[in-house]
Amino acid sequence: MNRFLLPLAVFVLLLAVLLVGLRRAPDKSILPSPLIGKPAPQFTLPNLFDNTSPLQSDSLKGHWSLVNVWGTWCVECRAEHSVLLQIKQEARVPIIGIDWRDHDEDALSWLAQLGNPYQRVGTDHDGKVAIDWGVYGAPESFLIDPAGTVVYKHIGPLTMPVWQHEFLPRLSRPAGPGA
Amino acid sequence: MTPRRRRLLWVLGIVAGVAIATGLALRAFQQNVMLYFDPSRVAAGEVKPGQRFRLGGLVEKGSVRRTAGSLAVSFVVTDLKHEVPVRFDSVLPDLFREGAGVVAHGRLDASGTFVADEVLAKHDEKYMPPEVARSLQQGASR
Amino acid sequence: MVVELGQFALILALMLAAAQAFFGLAGPALDRPRWLAAAPSAACGQFVFVALAVAVLVHAFVTDDFSVRYVAVNSNSALPLFYRVTALWGAHEGSMLLWILVLSVWTIAFVASARHLPAAFAARTLGILGVVSFCFLLFTLTTSNPFARLIPAAPDGNDLNPILQDPAFAVHPPILYMGYVGFSVSFALGCAAMIEGRRDQQWARWMRPWTVMAWAFLACGIALGSWWAYYELGWGGFWAWDPVENASFMPWLVGTALIHSLAVTEKRGLFKSWTLLLAVTAFSLSLVGTFLVRSGVLVSVHSFAADPSRGVFILALLAVMIGGALVLYAWRAPRMQSAVGFDLISRESFLLFNNILLVIAAAVVFGGTLAPLIADTLGLGALSVGPPYFNPSFLVPVLPMLALVAVGMHAHWRRGGLGDAGRPLLYALGVALLVGLGLTFGVFAHPLPLTPIGAVVGCWIILAALIDPIDRWRRHLPLPASVAGMSIGHIGLGVFVLGISFVQSNSIERDVALKPGQSVSVGAYQFRYDGGQSIDGPNYEGFRGQVSVTRNGSPVTVLHPEKRRYWVQGTVQTTAAIAPGVSRDLLAALGDDVGAGAWSLRLQYRPLIRLVWIGALIMALGGVTAVIGRRRRARAEERALAQHSALAPPDAAR
Repeated sequence: MNRFLLPLAVFVLLLAVLLVGLRRAPDKSILPSPLIGKPAPQFTLPNLFDNTSPLQSDSLKGHWSLVNVWGTWCVECRAEHSVLLQIKQEARVPIIGIDWRDHDEDALSWLAQLGNPYQRVGTDHDGKVAIDWGVYGAPESFLIDPAGTVVYKHIGPLTMPVWQHEFLPRLSRPAGPGA
Repeated sequence: MTPRRRRLLWVLGIVAGVAIATGLALRAFQQNVMLYFDPSRVAAGEVKPGQRFRLGGLVEKGSVRRTAGSLAVSFVVTDLKHEVPVRFDSVLPDLFREGAGVVAHGRLDASGTFVADEVLAKHDEKYMPPEVARSLQQGASR
Repeated sequence: MVVELGQFALILALMLAAAQAFFGLAGPALDRPRWLAAAPSAACGQFVFVALAVAVLVHAFVTDDFSVRYVAVNSNSALPLFYRVTALWGAHEGSMLLWILVLSVWTIAFVASARHLPAAFAARTLGILGVVSFCFLLFTLTTSNPFARLIPAAPDGNDLNPILQDPAFAVHPPILYMGYVGFSVSFALGCAAMIEGRRDQQWARWMRPWTVMAWAFLACGIALGSWWAYYELGWGGFWAWDPVENASFMPWLVGTALIHSLAVTEKRGLFKSWTLLLAVTAFSLSLVGTFLVRSGVLVSVHSFAADPSRGVFILALLAVMIGGALVLYAWRAPRMQSAVGFDLISRESFLLFNNILLVIAAAVVFGGTLAPLIADTLGLGALSVGPPYFNPSFLVPVLPMLALVAVGMHAHWRRGGLGDAGRPLLYALGVALLVGLGLTFGVFAHPLPLTPIGAVVGCWIILAALIDPIDRWRRHLPLPASVAGMSIGHIGLGVFVLGISFVQSNSIERDVALKPGQSVSVGAYQFRYDGGQSIDGPNYEGFRGQVSVTRNGSPVTVLHPEKRRYWVQGTVQTTAAIAPGVSRDLLAALGDDVGAGAWSLRLQYRPLIRLVWIGALIMALGGVTAVIGRRRRARAEERALAQHSALAPPDAAR
């Protein structure tokens, strides 16, 4: 009888190994950014709504900001749009949008159709600014403190739980290097 | 030959075969397995001289330099705490980009430059090999 | 509105799967003939609703319905129609739906042909298949719903990953799944046999054709995947011992052992419990493979986007299905042992040896695949295991096995010896030595130590497989399909071994940077880079180069490698240019623009590489031949039996 239990014993051992392996697999949505704790990269981008006053990175200073990289071609950005509108309702932090590799007409009609959560939107047509910000893909959201330092980065669509557990607590912490 | 004796021979044969196969496999394993090191561990001197290993991290922005007209390319691999310069003289994979995760196989030369014989990039939207992600997370909390 | 129909259909399928499982297992156990009869109906119903769900999703893709999240993430209006359909299995959710569809196809195939099986046994098999369906439907509906909506809908989609926009890729997953999932029938038959505690070996006869068909599909699927990787991934590699590749190879190895073991069990009633264990193991490896590539546990070149929470769910399902089967095995196998003897040089001996070596080979691959995970779990550091481990270790059990295939094919059952086949075998060996060594040292030079061995063994296997058919033809005897199938299958193996031997030892690969007009030599060929131009495609833009190949001054071919950038995803892709040939392949792939007007290129010469895939296809052909022949013979027998005993009652339910 004993040797016929062997396959089962081996399988149980395998299950244990796989289970432990799963627990240790890193969660890719909380990758650190090379920028965390460093000043946000400088940029000057055309303003989506007003081509006479470009969006400057300097304007991020003096108050907390949420910088959101998005595009009308990006499916997940659609998914997080309602969350961004809710954050705008809360009126705690202005949302600055960076419209990445997109067409202005598409962006304008998207915002007109779905609502505009952004205080201002800069258009990054060639993607150079996104590269500077270390963007892997859209959407990505950055929390910038009043000194202009990158405090936190979230990859993927923003959800209310992430906003409440990761972004809001950092808002009340004093600004400083790393977080 | 009695059936019992024959069965004994079979069992012995199988055991011997499995033992030999396991022994050879383990030997091939030990000789050919590669360990993974991030730039911080390389800087801490954890790599044995002449050891072939896997180096992983992010490709530092602005560090990719090509010699015009030739295959030779150099770049810097960083884990946000330390950097390792890398030299490579073959075709780079398509997903190789500045700021993205990368894994390279090779050895350190006398000057501390990593001479890569293979550079890998994964076919994944997030461009980040799990080992690199984990070491970056650990680095951030160190 | 239509989309929710798809989800509803899946829910109905889930309930029918539960019904199938319940009636199939409880019916015979509680001796309720009406429940027994309900199982096949439930199975058919399940198929109808699964097919409906798939049709709904295909419709969503074809009509560019970007309100469905899965469609939006994997398709695009600029995507050609063909790929919009094949994008169905381009990512996790859709591929799970495909898995379920293939499972129900195998299930109704079983229902259709199970009429000659005892009703209770067939019902129990359906019951087990129902359990498997239920588990996968539950998983898909709760964690991987392909019908989830995206509100508001996207104006356009993310596009299909460009490396997946390819005809071979379109066919590879369905065929692979036909193989992978096909082993579920053998698994279910084995479990049914164990539940009934049968002491006879009838079940082996029933299990064999299903196993062979699944095995043939899997061989095709693996070969297709290898061929696709070869020309699509741009770098001429056709097997990297990647975890995803290993996940499909291990069930195939065990499946091969199972086919041979079934032959012994069917003919002589031996190895019963071993065969049952193999049947459980083959499908278990398919399941474990499914888990490995979707849970993020392993690093792989082409694994699906990882999600550990799904992984735990799959593990739980694995525990139920595989654990259950192994408990059955531990309980019933002791009852099903056999005690009949055989000689040392008998067919049984060779097949036993073959089985042991194949299982060791599968274990070697399994160990190497899981080693990084185990080392990580035990905190031994971050290991990586690659070809330098797999290639030599795999050969350790496989080389002796291959060397004995030629002889084993002709060994007599039970009393042993080779009989009439001895002399022809020796002649065949002589010819094989001539041809093999001639190829090694004459045609291709600079061999590795194993090359002549591989070449001779490959030739010997091919010739040995021809001995029986030629003998029958000379004696004007009929050639039954089962014998023909076995010959063809082994010929395929020999062809494969030949191809692999020379590809491994005589391939040449060179990375160079060339300006237009410059050339470089690769073996006996000269590759000259002629420059190139920018190009525009339906959903990409890129650069197309031209490489002229000559040999001793006379032109051989002109290659056009491309580098493409797909707009929507922004990814870059290399399209290698390949000049195929039976005796060799020539490849050119573009690297990067390295400045000063030069491009880096990877150029390759690959001798006999086509034999690798042709060999696999021939093996699959052998399997199909054997199965079709059996069915024809079985039907003829049935007809004869029916005519003979027109008054006898049909096989009663047990």
